[in-house]
Amino acid sequence: MELTGAEIFVRCLRDEGVEYLFGYPGGAVLHIYDALYKQEEVKHILVRHEQGATHAADGYARSTGKPGVVLVTSGPGATNAVTGIATAYMDSVPLVVFTGQVMTHLIGDDAFQEVDAIGITRPCVKHNFMVKDVRDLALTIRKAFHVATTGRPGPVVVDIPKDITAHKAAYVFPKDPTLRSYKPVRDGDPAAIRQAAAALAQAKRPMVYAGGGVVLGNAATELTELVRWLGAPCTNTLMGLGAFPATDPLFVGMLGMHGTYEANMGMHECDVLLAVGARFDDRVTGDLDKFCPNARIIHIDIDPASIQKNVQVEIAIIGEAGLVMRELLAALKGTGVRLDEAALKAWWHKIDGWRARHCLEYDRANIEVIKPQFVLETLYRLTAGDAFITSDVGQHQMWAAQFYKFDKPRRWINSGGLGTMGFGLPAAIGVQLAHPDATVACVTGEASIQMCIQELSTCKQYDLPLTIVNLNNRYMGMVRQWQEFFYQSRYSHSYLEALPDFVKLAESYGHAGLRIDKPHDVEAALKEALGRRDRLVFLDFITDQTENVYPMIAAGAGHHEMHLATDRELA
Amino acid sequence: MRHIISILLENEAGALSRVAGLFSARGYNIASLTVAPTEDPSLSRMTLVTSGSEGVVDQIRKQLNKLVDVVKLVDLTDNERIEREMLLIKVAAEGEERAEIKRLSDIFRGRIIDVTDCAYTIELTGDGGKIDAFISVLQPRRILEVVRSGVIGIARGSITVKPDAPGT
Repeated sequence: MELTGAEIFVRCLRDEGVEYLFGYPGGAVLHIYDALYKQEEVKHILVRHEQGATHAADGYARSTGKPGVVLVTSGPGATNAVTGIATAYMDSVPLVVFTGQVMTHLIGDDAFQEVDAIGITRPCVKHNFMVKDVRDLALTIRKAFHVATTGRPGPVVVDIPKDITAHKAAYVFPKDPTLRSYKPVRDGDPAAIRQAAAALAQAKRPMVYAGGGVVLGNAATELTELVRWLGAPCTNTLMGLGAFPATDPLFVGMLGMHGTYEANMGMHECDVLLAVGARFDDRVTGDLDKFCPNARIIHIDIDPASIQKNVQVEIAIIGEAGLVMRELLAALKGTGVRLDEAALKAWWHKIDGWRARHCLEYDRANIEVIKPQFVLETLYRLTAGDAFITSDVGQHQMWAAQFYKFDKPRRWINSGGLGTMGFGLPAAIGVQLAHPDATVACVTGEASIQMCIQELSTCKQYDLPLTIVNLNNRYMGMVRQWQEFFYQSRYSHSYLEALPDFVKLAESYGHAGLRIDKPHDVEAALKEALGRRDRLVFLDFITDQTENVYPMIAAGAGHHEMHLATDRELA
Repeated sequence: MRHIISILLENEAGALSRVAGLFSARGYNIASLTVAPTEDPSLSRMTLVTSGSEGVVDQIRKQLNKLVDVVKLVDLTDNERIEREMLLIKVAAEGEERAEIKRLSDIFRGRIIDVTDCAYTIELTGDGGKIDAFISVLQPRRILEVVRSGVIGIARGSITVKPDAPGT
């Protein structure tokens, strides 16, 4: 029996095991929406803006490891989705985004709601396809899922002209999605793994630097075993938080611009650095000329293009993080050599000295003004570290990364690479749908939340009991911080003068809202919000306007040139 | 350093713009780029001439290999190879200049492929150096138009750029 393209589309999603489709209808996708109406297996989540659809699918993907799936219409539907696609691209998140397109015979005629979606998304997708024949539709969708979820994951766009969704073809779920030009590597080169084991076995001051690739590659267990066997300090990148348990004594915190003193000093003074699933981003490395000056560097990554891109490394291993680390640990055990115990002890003595600086200390005694750090510490304590935390971008993101100790991967959901304000709320929608019984909190600020505030409506429609932790300092906090440090406190357009009443706003969307402006009310408010499973609670914390994120490495400085809160002056 | 890279890519709409877009997005140099279908109509063969430090060229190769449409990539730079470019040049040819230009064309093994009362159009193939040299000897005369094809290249001997052959 022949099916229409729209019916084939829905069958493909079902056969791929797609649970949720995040989308927004429009002219070019109406056949598909009609086919969706006639079935119940693929659940459609109606967002309020296409950016929200991509971020929600992204949150779903990051928290589950499964691909997030999006359907938007042509023209503005596609362009609105671009920010979310680019966000997923920078953080290597598997998304399959279907964009409607005008009828095949109208393409190129500047038809109503026509854009070149393939051209616009090309620089921010892993790959994209246009379907020109209904007989290619099923195989193209299969390939899209295959490319998005294998190797280094990423977003894939499939552009489908409207007439294709009306044409008919026979449907068979294609078994083999392989492309002759796409063969991701899985196993690491055994010789390189042996070399890495030899280098690590000789280390006197080893350091493990693990990134988002460990989370994406589901390799947290392998990382934890390896680090514990080595007895080495482990730091995670912003994207890697949760890859190694933050409460483990071997964890020295996040590294980079707002990383801990012990993590960054450890990087600066280590003699062997093992980098896993991390890409030596500029916010992590600081000045490349001063980066890990004494270290032999081993780099494990699934993407050959990540190797030797920013930093020259001595031993490169291309492969899946989990498989490679398992082999590496076996090779280490096989050498029969343990790391020099006395050297390791001396190394830890040094690290403990750095730890004793307590770089994340803040004014806890303040009973007048809410310190944002205090809100996050309380959130961590009340959720026993077991919540899913999404965040937006800015100071609140850094404080969440510093103060919420993630013991498990896929619990920390944030836009690290692109730094997309507006990500947190829609991402939380995807997380909560994927984990209906879990506690999901969106840590945000009054500037970021307004970038996708319309998704509060989506939360109401699907009864998602999120907790919104709005750290409201009436400033774009990170912009304000940089203006204070680097622009002689000229706060150019970083103050938000016409803020809404967030409590009323939340209520008008059908949620509960609370405004909290005293430190002693923080805990009770969080308890109430976290305890309510029947509705979303928007907590508007009025926080200290002048608080800055410390420690800090100024852009372009080295890891050893950190500024701690105690020395407020920046060089 | 100058590198000449051969690429087999899927002969699909948009494949060329993926390569071109990669170069502009990442700020890589591109000296010339030629592309046409091969004996297998599903594949196009591209010859790309670029330059940069070894680190940059290494990234260029890796980023190109990462494109899903790229089936095979071989950097011909390290191989014995043949490079060819075609030139079509229209030059003013009047009076006694006509004979001199004809002689120069013969010396370079060019072919005059179109003649008018006042101009010749000459076809010449060779590596980039030969083409440059020919243009420069015609320079004192009045060059009306120059079209260069960009470089194509092939490895000498038994090395081939095939979908299943080892690449770099």
